[in-house]
Amino acid sequence: MGKYIVRRLLQMIPVVLGATFIIFAMVFALPGDPTSGKCGERPCSAEYVAKFREEHNLNDPLLIQYGKYLGKFAQGDLGTNYYGIPVKEDLAKRYTITGRLAIMAIAFETFIGILAGVLAGVRKGRFVDNLVTVSTLFVISIPVFVIGVFLQYLFGIKWGIFPATVPSLEASTFSLILPAFVLGSLSVAYVARLTRTNLVENLRADYVRTAVAKGLTKRRAVGVHTLRNSLIPVVTFIGADFGALLGGAIVTERIFNIQGVGGYIWKGINSRDGIAVVSTVTVLVIVYLLVNLLVDLLYGVLDPRISHE
Amino acid sequence: MSDTVASTVQPAAVEEVGEARSLGQDAWRSLRSNAMFWSAVLLIGLFVLMSIWPSLFTKTDPSFGNISNVRATPSAEHWFGTDTQGYDIYARTIYGARASILVGVLASLTTLLLGGVIGVVSGFYGRWLDALLSRITDIFYAIPLILGGILFMASFPNGPNSNYFIVVGKVVLVLTVFGWPTIARLMRSSVLQVKPNEYVLAARALGASPWRIIRSHILPNALAPAIVVATINLGVFIVVEATLSFLGIGLTPPAISWGVAISDALSSIRTYPHVLFFPSLFLSLAVLAFILLGDAVRDAFDPKSR
Amino acid sequence: MSTSTTKSAIPESNYKAGADGLLLEVEDLFVEFHTPEGVARAINGVSFDLRQGETLAILGESGSGKSVTAQAIMGILDMPPAVIPSGAIRYCGQDLLTMNQEQRRKSRGPEISMIFQDALSSLNPTFPVGWQIGEMFRQHRGMNRSDAYAQAVRLMERVAIPGAKDRVKNYPHQFSGGMRQRIMIAMAIALDPAVLIADEPTTALDVTVQAQIMALLAELQEERQMGLILITHDLGVVADVADRAAVMYAGRIVARAGIEDLYAHPAHPYTRGLLESIPRLDQKGQTLAAIGGLPPNLTRIPSGCTFHPRCRMAQDICRTEEPALRTVGNQQSACHFAEEVLNG
Repeated sequence: MGKYIVRRLLQMIPVVLGATFIIFAMVFALPGDPTSGKCGERPCSAEYVAKFREEHNLNDPLLIQYGKYLGKFAQGDLGTNYYGIPVKEDLAKRYTITGRLAIMAIAFETFIGILAGVLAGVRKGRFVDNLVTVSTLFVISIPVFVIGVFLQYLFGIKWGIFPATVPSLEASTFSLILPAFVLGSLSVAYVARLTRTNLVENLRADYVRTAVAKGLTKRRAVGVHTLRNSLIPVVTFIGADFGALLGGAIVTERIFNIQGVGGYIWKGINSRDGIAVVSTVTVLVIVYLLVNLLVDLLYGVLDPRISHE
Repeated sequence: MSDTVASTVQPAAVEEVGEARSLGQDAWRSLRSNAMFWSAVLLIGLFVLMSIWPSLFTKTDPSFGNISNVRATPSAEHWFGTDTQGYDIYARTIYGARASILVGVLASLTTLLLGGVIGVVSGFYGRWLDALLSRITDIFYAIPLILGGILFMASFPNGPNSNYFIVVGKVVLVLTVFGWPTIARLMRSSVLQVKPNEYVLAARALGASPWRIIRSHILPNALAPAIVVATINLGVFIVVEATLSFLGIGLTPPAISWGVAISDALSSIRTYPHVLFFPSLFLSLAVLAFILLGDAVRDAFDPKSR
Repeated sequence: MSTSTTKSAIPESNYKAGADGLLLEVEDLFVEFHTPEGVARAINGVSFDLRQGETLAILGESGSGKSVTAQAIMGILDMPPAVIPSGAIRYCGQDLLTMNQEQRRKSRGPEISMIFQDALSSLNPTFPVGWQIGEMFRQHRGMNRSDAYAQAVRLMERVAIPGAKDRVKNYPHQFSGGMRQRIMIAMAIALDPAVLIADEPTTALDVTVQAQIMALLAELQEERQMGLILITHDLGVVADVADRAAVMYAGRIVARAGIEDLYAHPAHPYTRGLLESIPRLDQKGQTLAAIGGLPPNLTRIPSGCTFHPRCRMAQDICRTEEPALRTVGNQQSACHFAEEVLNG
């Protein structure tokens, strides 16, 4: 097991390097002058521009820039943004709020998604099944931003049940319910569909027939014997989905004006703040890969046939 | 379970072994009688027609804005009403199909091609080539599609007068660059499943060239799942294109697209919901059609799910 | 092992075998499957009975309805698509088909139990084998987890799994095919059922292991005086263990006999065909006689004798008149020419 983790961590290194280089290269291709707007109405003085470019290694070729950046990153220095604030400080606060948002979204996925999928799978072909099938298709085919703006209007503005925007960095859990639901809505639908498919397939498995032949109650035959096997792929999906959630956070956080990682990346892009964007996304990719590793390990626990030796 | 209900109930299959049907024929047989499949095909056909000859559906000029008649509710003259700039929403929605369908179809084809080739090569040749290609796949897989799309489109923004096809091409490019890994992983695992089969080993032993083995033994068996995923991805790509437009970095006015129309309408959702409704409806129907098509084809090719 | 699991703690069974040890009576049973392709008549009027300490072999090709019969007795058919339009399955005099679901469930395990063909897919891959055996005690006897594990070890030892104590927490995929089938058997006999149904218990196994499993089954049956129903397509497997045999074809019993008579003097052309298709050492070099053709499509069962399209002896009468199961010598056969078969 230990060996497996070490091997996976080693395999992660080229992936992190490659992914961050792609991001670095894209971000530093961002057009426009990074110093524009820094000196009030007038263009900045040549002196200031030169100093700025030197400080941020903007004069080096791309690969060298990347190398220098990486050296600092490895020592835990995520650089400073163009306003002179260390990115690390910013990120700590913003990852907290986005992390909460993502965890709440995953909670929605897990509870609502699995519950709906199980109900549909157990009552295959009945009313609940059709209801779940139709409503999940509905959610999947409407873009998240439309759902988001619509729910914001309905719950936030028209009925005033939840706050329509959540600009505070210390947002309460209650105020994050609506954004988290929007962020997780697509995945809730996918999880429900995946759970249903797996459950229906596993209900026909030989070992479920054995469970019935053993005289187990239906609750036990389905709840214990079928569900466990059906949930293994669902767990994998939820883990892999974590990255998509962090990406989708850009859209959700924009709708609800949340000051999270997504908002930070968006702001960084618009102010041509390359370092801020690269550092944020790099951390995001690393988090994503670590979560995937965790999911693979969990997979081994859930399914004894998988061996990590 | 060789001797259980299934084998008892479907002796028809046993009886007709003489004229064995291929998987493809079998799938087609089950698709033919699937109402969901035909509705999806019909919808897709309609949208494709819309994007090729929009003038078949409307005679109104979508870029003629009547400033004195903005945000009109649906009427006999303007079936879907008019939007914030007095454009006819029906005409805009019809003409908007082109961008979404074009982006979806092209991005699906390019991801299928790129991901397919990389997946097949990686699975078929194995060894260091597989290790290398798999790591590259991992790298691109590690960047979420929407995030990659945002970074890319922000880095290479559209000018105010960018050519329509260049803008569409850019969106297709970014969807390809960050969308191919799913297909590549799928293809690779399909190839690895097919490769150890005896008919492939036999073909190898008989000295068939790698290209011939791939073409006549590997592809027919590995392609179906990839095509299914590419079809479903088509819907995903349409949504991503709209999302980028929503963020103001995908297609931008004066280009006409559902995404642009939706993002315009969102600002006036409180007062004029009908402006939002029609482009959203069309977009969702298109996405739905491709998902249903993919689902139907998958069910047809996967006898287990029947 | 905990003392709370002595015989006295076992609940008294509500079921008592009839006079002369009669356990199970299947009477004129019909089973249909309603599918989009039409109604498949899987079982068409099957009757047989089973006594304590007796082994009945049910023989036939796949699709003959033998597994469906077993599943109907167990009550594990998926209904729908399966429908039982008529018939009775009496266990100790009580009709299982008219019982409520809960009574029926409680009979599975302590009264009637079943072993399946493919032990690997029939055991849950994600739970330890001891847990799965112990589950019988937890569900039916309300035993706690550790006592149930102790019972599992005892049963695994009984079915001769080496190192049972150490392997009780292993998973199914960590055992060989033969060992897995022993675990299935341990699970099936856990609650001392009166009737054990074994559906192709050795088909998935090597020949040497097949013999060991059959010997184990015979031994357990002798020891516990169970009624054993042995379902198989392989006539070689049952010769040494079975007392009587019923041969099924297209959902009907076409022949019934004591096991020696069945082998020595088959009274139905189908039985004879099955026997001739067993490879024999004393006929080395000769071509094996296989039965031509395929079993009938159950949605379109042939008229008259269902076997006539494949029968070498078929005459006009076979195409029009369905032969009844009738006594010929000291066995039964559903063939218009049973005497000719028996004497030829």
